[in-house]
Amino acid sequence: MLPELSREEILRYSRHLLVPEIGLDGQRKLKGSSALIIGTGGLGSPAALYLAAAGVGHIGLVDYDAVEESNLQRQILHGTGAVGRRKVASARARLRDLNPAVHVDTFDEPFTSANAMRIAEPFDIIVDGSDNFPTRYLTNDLCVLTGKPNVYGAVFRFDGQASVFDARIGPCYRCLFPEPPPPGLVPSCADAGVLGILPGTIGTIQATEAIKLLLGIGSSLAGRLLLYNALDMSFEYVKLKKNPGCKVCGPHPEVTALIDYNEFCGVPGLEHDEGSAGKDWDITARELAAQLKSGKPIRLLDVREPHELAISHLEGAQNIPLGELAARLSELDSAQEIVLFCKTGSRSRRALELLVSAGFRKVRNLKGGINAWAKDVDTRLPVY
Amino acid sequence: MNRVKILLFATLRDYVGSKTIELEISAGTTIHGLTDLLAAKYPRLEKVRDSMMAAINREYAADEAVVPDGAEIAFFPPVSGG
Repeated sequence: MLPELSREEILRYSRHLLVPEIGLDGQRKLKGSSALIIGTGGLGSPAALYLAAAGVGHIGLVDYDAVEESNLQRQILHGTGAVGRRKVASARARLRDLNPAVHVDTFDEPFTSANAMRIAEPFDIIVDGSDNFPTRYLTNDLCVLTGKPNVYGAVFRFDGQASVFDARIGPCYRCLFPEPPPPGLVPSCADAGVLGILPGTIGTIQATEAIKLLLGIGSSLAGRLLLYNALDMSFEYVKLKKNPGCKVCGPHPEVTALIDYNEFCGVPGLEHDEGSAGKDWDITARELAAQLKSGKPIRLLDVREPHELAISHLEGAQNIPLGELAARLSELDSAQEIVLFCKTGSRSRRALELLVSAGFRKVRNLKGGINAWAKDVDTRLPVY
Repeated sequence: MNRVKILLFATLRDYVGSKTIELEISAGTTIHGLTDLLAAKYPRLEKVRDSMMAAINREYAADEAVVPDGAEIAFFPPVSGG
């Protein structure tokens, strides 16, 4: 039985009711349907806003972060006044204001193999707005194992991808990408940056696909991958096929229950400090400042991209971007003490691993990167 | 020799330094063989080659798929940002 619409709802959704493909019955369908959105960041923001505005009756939001100033350039669910608040609380308040008729459930917890089944159980479809590979594989496997459509979107700088993975009728995410990329190879938005509007475009496409699936109208992106580039304003489509050897949706699946996705992707879990290389290899900004002041000869090696130096830089530091480091080792002296740094410490940690595997021993990682230096040593420098 | 056009997406553009490449390849070259050629020419692709995907004329193509003359090949990496 589809739920009835109130007089207020009939007025609110008037422009939907006028569209023959939606109409009164379609709007009642939306009211009786549910969607779980993984992440309330760049993709989750427009997805949640449009699904709530459209009258999807039950919306779930999973996120385990607080709103940060650097989120506001793209995560339009959250306002300046929400900085420091839990993201799901901020999102819930915004959605309540947007459409009080929608029931919003929030999950302020990390989305993991331990809770994913419980969280996803009541929802018709899942919208993947996560920002990391372990959660993407988790979301995919969850959807395959429970027979729910996975409305996928992902972004990098100016490039976006979107699809609908529904293993009951077509390929899943693992059919397309059977193995995760080596850890650290694909930079995150925090390391590489992203055009703020880009996740808006892709998240809006995800919301469109979600609404179509819930209504049962149109042709979805199932079996197709959209490749969008904002600089070219190009939309390319790649026809996808189910991979008969797929480990989760193939005829002989190896994955029959949720696994440890951090291990699968070779990335450390939540307890790991992202900008740290481990205590034997780290140096804090304050320690580094003291050692430089004492006159200790230390070579500072900045592994950020050259355009980041205009934002902040350390006097006397040599710049070799992480991507060029392997080819430019001859410019470094392994006998000299080297301190590596980047924005937050994650790229420099990988640079450190590279140098250590090349035989360098007197290398350390500036924990927390130049941003930690800007907070703890030289507050004239901006944090970005 | 077959002439093909290669489209690159996301990080691959940075690794190659361009968004399209036109290339002459010998008849019978597979996606795997084409990837070998590209990785030799653009060494930064070496690390990502196992995780990037290919499409021939906008259709997903496996490693062993043969690249036809005049084909448009798209290579795209997994991206995770959200």
